Amino acid sequence: MQPRGVWSGSNSMTKNEQEFLVDAERQRLFNWPELWHYKELFYFFTWRDIKVKYKQTVLGFAWAVLQPLLMMVIFTLFFGTALKIPSGNLPYPIFVFSGLLLWNTFSSGLSNSASSMVNNAQIIKKIYFPRLIIPVSSVLVSLFDFLMAFLVFIPLLFYYDQGVSWNVLWSWPLALAMTLVATLGPGCLLSALNVKYRDFRYVIPFLVQVLFFLTPVIYPVTLLKYPILQYILVCSPMYAAIELFRYPLTSIQPDPYFMVISLISSLFFLIAGLLYFKRTEDFFADLV
Amino acid sequence: MKPILEIHGIGKRYRIGHQTNTYLSLRERMLDVFRFEKTEKEDFWALDDISFSLGRGESLGIIGRNGAGKSTLLKILSRITPPTKGKILSRGRIASLLEVGTGFHPELTGRENIFFNGSLLGMKRREIESKFDEIVEFSDVEKFLDTPLKHYSSGMQLRLAFSVAAFLEPEILIVDEVLAVGDAEFQRKCLGKMENVANSGRTIIFVSHNLQSLKFLCQQALYIEKGKLKAIGEIEKTIDLYLSDNSSVNSLASYQQNLGSLRQDSDFRLINIVLAQGNRSVIDNVRNGEELKMEIEYELLNNLSRFRVFVDICDQFGTTVLRTYHDEVDYARLSMKKGTYKSILTIPANFLAPVTYEFRFWFGIHNVRMVEPIDGVTFKVNVENSGLYNMTYNGQYSVGLVCPTLHWDIYKN
Repeated sequence: MQPRGVWSGSNSMTKNEQEFLVDAERQRLFNWPELWHYKELFYFFTWRDIKVKYKQTVLGFAWAVLQPLLMMVIFTLFFGTALKIPSGNLPYPIFVFSGLLLWNTFSSGLSNSASSMVNNAQIIKKIYFPRLIIPVSSVLVSLFDFLMAFLVFIPLLFYYDQGVSWNVLWSWPLALAMTLVATLGPGCLLSALNVKYRDFRYVIPFLVQVLFFLTPVIYPVTLLKYPILQYILVCSPMYAAIELFRYPLTSIQPDPYFMVISLISSLFFLIAGLLYFKRTEDFFADLV
Repeated sequence: MKPILEIHGIGKRYRIGHQTNTYLSLRERMLDVFRFEKTEKEDFWALDDISFSLGRGESLGIIGRNGAGKSTLLKILSRITPPTKGKILSRGRIASLLEVGTGFHPELTGRENIFFNGSLLGMKRREIESKFDEIVEFSDVEKFLDTPLKHYSSGMQLRLAFSVAAFLEPEILIVDEVLAVGDAEFQRKCLGKMENVANSGRTIIFVSHNLQSLKFLCQQALYIEKGKLKAIGEIEKTIDLYLSDNSSVNSLASYQQNLGSLRQDSDFRLINIVLAQGNRSVIDNVRNGEELKMEIEYELLNNLSRFRVFVDICDQFGTTVLRTYHDEVDYARLSMKKGTYKSILTIPANFLAPVTYEFRFWFGIHNVRMVEPIDGVTFKVNVENSGLYNMTYNGQYSVGLVCPTLHWDIYKN
C-alpha cells in the first residue's frame, strides 16, 4: 500500500481561491470550490479528445453517425427479423436504436474513461489539477457521440411514423443525465484500477460486452420468464436510463421497482467509484 | 508581511519493492494473497524534514547532486505528489513548469495546442485569448499556426511550448531545468523573460544544473543532500559550499593523503598537487567559467638536466584530449637544479567542457626514465558549467571534449 498522506489541501482553498494548504495529516473528500475553479479544464480535455478522435479517423464525424446506424441494421436483421425478438409496441429498429443510443454512450464513455488516466500519464506526472477532471471529461466525450447518433434517430422516428408523447421533454434529458451518472461511477473505478493494475485494460472490453447482453438493450426484460432473472438484470445501472428513454415512445410506464433497483445500483457504483478514485488519486503520479 | 510560501517539515517516503515495475498486475496481486510470506519492502525517504519559507518576490535556486531529492521536492511543491508528512501553505497561485509542452498533442494544430497547454498550465481561456498574439509572436511560428503539431520540427515545437509558458503570470513559478533545451538564442530570450518575471515581484523556485543561470536568476539557494536540507542562504555562498562539499569524495583527496606512502625515488619526491580557482582550492568539482590552476609541488633530490612535468587531460574513458609539458614554451626549463619547486599549469576560463575529465600527471627525465610514481597521478574531475558554454551549445551534453571560446569575425559582402 502507498502511504496515506493526502492533499487535504487543495482542499482548503479558502476565501482567496489561490490560497491552499497541503497537510499530510488532514484529508477531505472532495474539494468542490477547487473543481469549480478548474471548470474550464473539463471543457478543454473534452474538446481535445473529440478533436483528436475525429481527426484520426478517415471518415471523421460521419463515423459517429454510421456506427449506431450499422449496429441497428445488424441487430434488426439478426434479432428482429431472424430471431423475432419481441419489442413491445415499437418497431424493432426503433426499439433497438433507442436502446443503442444510450448504450453506446455508456460503453464508449466507460472505455474512454477506464483508459483515460493511463493515457494521460504524461500530463499527470508533470502538472497538478484535480485528477477527477480526466475521467469525467472522457465521459463527456461520449456525449458528443450521443448527439451525432441522435441526429440519425430523429429522421428514423419520422420514417417509421413513430408517435412521441410530451413526456419526452423531461424524460429524454433525464435519461441522458442518468446515463452519464451510470457511466461515471464505473468509469472512475476502472480508471483508478487501471492505473494500479495494468492488466485491467484486457478486462474492460470483455466486461462491456457481457454487460451489453445482460442489460435489456436489444431485448425487453419481459422476455425472461422467471421474475428472479428479471430482478437480476435490472441491476444493470443502464436499465433505468434506457427504459426512461423509451417511455415517451411506448407510453407504457416502466416498472417502478425495476427503476429503483437500477437507480440504486447506479448510485452505488457512482459512490464506490468516486471514493476509490479519491483514495488513489494522490498517488497516481507515483504509479503511472 | 506573511511569507507567500511556507514549508514545514516535508518528508516523502517511497516503498521500494523488489519488483521493477511500479504498477502491479492483478495476477501478481492475487498470487500474493496466496503466498504467506510478505514481499519485502524497504522504506526510502526521498526527502526528510525540509522546511523553509519564501517571501513575495524572492527567488530560490535548488541545488544538489542527482538523486538528492530535488525533483521530488519540486513535485511536492507543485502538488503532483503528496508529502508523506509535513505541511505546505501557499498564499499565491502556483504554476509549475516541470516540462515544457506538457499535453502537446501531435494531431492538434499549433493554435489548438496553445489553448490546451495554456489551460493545463492554469491560464483562463480569456487570458489565453488576450495573450494569444503575443504568444504567437514570441514563438515565431505564425505561418504554421493551423498546421498539426506533428509536422513541426522539434525546434518549433519547443519554441511554441516555451512561448506558452513564458506568458504565465502566477505569483509563484516553479521551474525545473527546462532551459537546458532549445537553441541558444531562444534560451537567452527565455532567460530574459524569466528575469523579468523575477524582477516583477514574483516568486521563483528554480532547479538547474547550470549554476550560472541560477546565479543570474536567484538571490537564494537551497542545497539538498540525500533528501535532507544541507544549507539555505545567499546564492554565492551556498553554491560555493555545494561545490567544495562535492569535492571531498574524490581521488585527489586520497592521493594527497597517500603522498607519504609513495614509493621512494632517488631523484624526485612529489609533495602535493593542488587545484585552485580564484582563491579557493577545489578538488573534484571545477567550474569552467573560471581559470583553473594546477599547482604541482615537488622536490628534486639531484640536479637534473632533462626533468619535465607533463599533464594529460583525458575524457572519462581515458582517451587523451591533450597533453601539455611544463617546458613547452622554453626547452631551457628542462634543466633544473636540486631544490623544491612548484610547476603551475593554468587552464583558462571557458576552455573545459562541462564533462568529467581524468587529469593525469606525469614526472620524468626526458629520454631516460619516468620517476616515481611511475604510473603518474590520475584523478577524475567533474566540470560544472558556469561559463559561456551553455550560451553557445545545446543543453545537457557536450559537443566536443573541450570548448574554448574562439575568436570569430563576420563580414558582410
